[in-house]
Amino acid sequence: MTSVLFDVPGPRARRRTRIATVVAVLVGLVLFALAVRQFAINGELAAQRWTPYASWPMWRYLLGGLGGTALAAVLAVAIAMSIGLVAAFGRISRHLVLRAPSRAYVEVVRIIPLLLLIYFAMFALPRYGLDLPLLWKLVLPIAVSRGAQFAEIFRSGFRSLEAGQGEAAAALGMRPYQAMLHVVFPQAIRRVVPALISQGAGVLKDTSLGIVVSYAELLQSGKVLAGYNRLLIQTYLIIALLYFVINYALSRLARSIEARRHQTGGPAPVSSPPPARRGLGRNRSAAGTSDDAPRRARVRA
Amino acid sequence: MTGWADHLGKFAEGALNTVELTVFSAGLAAVVAVVVTTFRICPVRPLRAFGTAYVELFQNIPLAVWLVLFVFALPVIGLKFPLFPTAVLATGLYMASYYAETLRSGINGIGAGQAEAARALGLGFGQSLRCVILPQALRTIIQPLGNVTIQLLMNTALAAAVGVVELTEATNRVNLVLAEPLPLYIGAGVCYAALALIISSVAGLLDRKLVPR
Repeated sequence: MTSVLFDVPGPRARRRTRIATVVAVLVGLVLFALAVRQFAINGELAAQRWTPYASWPMWRYLLGGLGGTALAAVLAVAIAMSIGLVAAFGRISRHLVLRAPSRAYVEVVRIIPLLLLIYFAMFALPRYGLDLPLLWKLVLPIAVSRGAQFAEIFRSGFRSLEAGQGEAAAALGMRPYQAMLHVVFPQAIRRVVPALISQGAGVLKDTSLGIVVSYAELLQSGKVLAGYNRLLIQTYLIIALLYFVINYALSRLARSIEARRHQTGGPAPVSSPPPARRGLGRNRSAAGTSDDAPRRARVRA
Repeated sequence: MTGWADHLGKFAEGALNTVELTVFSAGLAAVVAVVVTTFRICPVRPLRAFGTAYVELFQNIPLAVWLVLFVFALPVIGLKFPLFPTAVLATGLYMASYYAETLRSGINGIGAGQAEAARALGLGFGQSLRCVILPQALRTIIQPLGNVTIQLLMNTALAAAVGVVELTEATNRVNLVLAEPLPLYIGAGVCYAALALIISSVAGLLDRKLVPR
C-alpha cells in the first residue's frame, strides 16, 4: 500500500532518503545518549544498582509475582469467557427476554472503567456483607469487564458464518441448539482464536491493577520489592520488560495463527468486532472487514 | 444522609479532573499518533522501525506499569514533573499507540487501486495522500477513533492508582466519609456513561457530517 504512494525513487529521492536516514539515526543516538546521561548523572548506572537483579532471590520474588499474575489472568480469562459465551448466546437468541439483558450488559460494562468495578468490589461489596478474598477482588471485576469484550468476539464469530451453514443444519432436521452445537459453534470458535488470544493478553495487562488491591501479582511485587531495596527505576524497568516479553509473545502468536489461516486459504479469522459496531451510537459496517482485523482486535487498551 | 451537598463539590471536582485528563491525553495522543503513523509509512527505514517499536512497546506494557514508571521511577533519574501532567503524559503516550494503530488500519483499508489511480493522474506522494487516501481513510475510522477515545476515558481512571483525584478516586474518597457505596458508585458510573455518550455522539456527528452517503 505505502509503496504505491510514491514512484520508485530516483537518484535524488534516494539521496534525500539516505540523508533523512542518517539524520534520524543521529537524532536517535543523541536521544539515547541523553537518556543514558540522565541515568549516569543520577548515579543509576552504577553497577551495584543493577547487580542485585543478577541474583536469584530477587528473581524468585519477581517470578512469584509472575505466578500471581498468571493465576489471576487464567482465572479471569476462564470466567470472562464463560460470561462472554453466555452473553453471546443471549445476544443471538430469538427471544427478547434473553437478548435485551445481554445487550444491556455488553453496552453498560463497556462504559464503566475497570478501576471503578474494582473499587466497588473493594469498598462497596464488603459493606453489603460480601468481603471477597484479595484475588477475587481483582479477578471478578476484570472478568465482568472483559466478559463483554469476549461476548462481542463470540458474537462476531457466529455472525461471520455464512447463513447457509445454519440453514443447511436446519434442512438436515437439526434443532437450533443442535445446529449451534454441531455446526455453527465449532466453526465460529476456530475463526475467533486470534481475537481470543489478543483479549487474553488484554486481561493479562488488566491484572496489573493488582497494585490497587494489593494482590501480589507482578506489578505489586515490583512495588513491594522497590520499596524494600530502593532500586525504583531498575525494578520497574524489569517489570515493564517482563510484561513486554509476555504480551509481545502472545500478540505474535495471535498474528501468526491469523497469517497461517490467510495462507491456507481458509475462512478469514474474525477480529473482535470492529469497534464501529460496538458504539453507543448507530452501527455501521459489519464484521466483514477482516484485513485490518488483527490490529483492531487489540484496540481494547 | 447529611452532608451530601458538601461532597457534591468534591465529586464535581473529580469529574472535572477526569474530563481534563481525557481532553489533554486525547490531544497529546492524537498528535503523537499522527507523527508515529507518518513515521510508519514513510520511506526512511529507521523512522519506520521507530514507529513500529513505539506501537509495540506501548501496547504490550500495561498502562498501570507506565503510570508507575512515569510517576515513581522517572524522578529518580531527575525527570520530575507535577503529578497531573505526568499522568496526562503517560496516558497520552500509551493511548497514542492505539490511535496510531487505528489510523494505520484506516490507511491500509483503502484499496491499492485508489492509490494507483492517484499516481496515474500524476499526483505526488503528498497530494495523493492528502486528496485521495486520507479523506477516505478518515471517514472509515471516525467511529473506531471514537471508541478508542472512550477507551481513553476508561483508562483515565487508572490515574487514581498513582494518586490523581479523578472521578473514580473522588467517588472512593466521598464513600469513605459517607459510607453510601451503592448510590455513589452508580452515580460515578452514570457520569462515565454520560461522558462516553458525549464522545460517541460527537463521533457520530462527525461521521454524519463528513461522510457523504
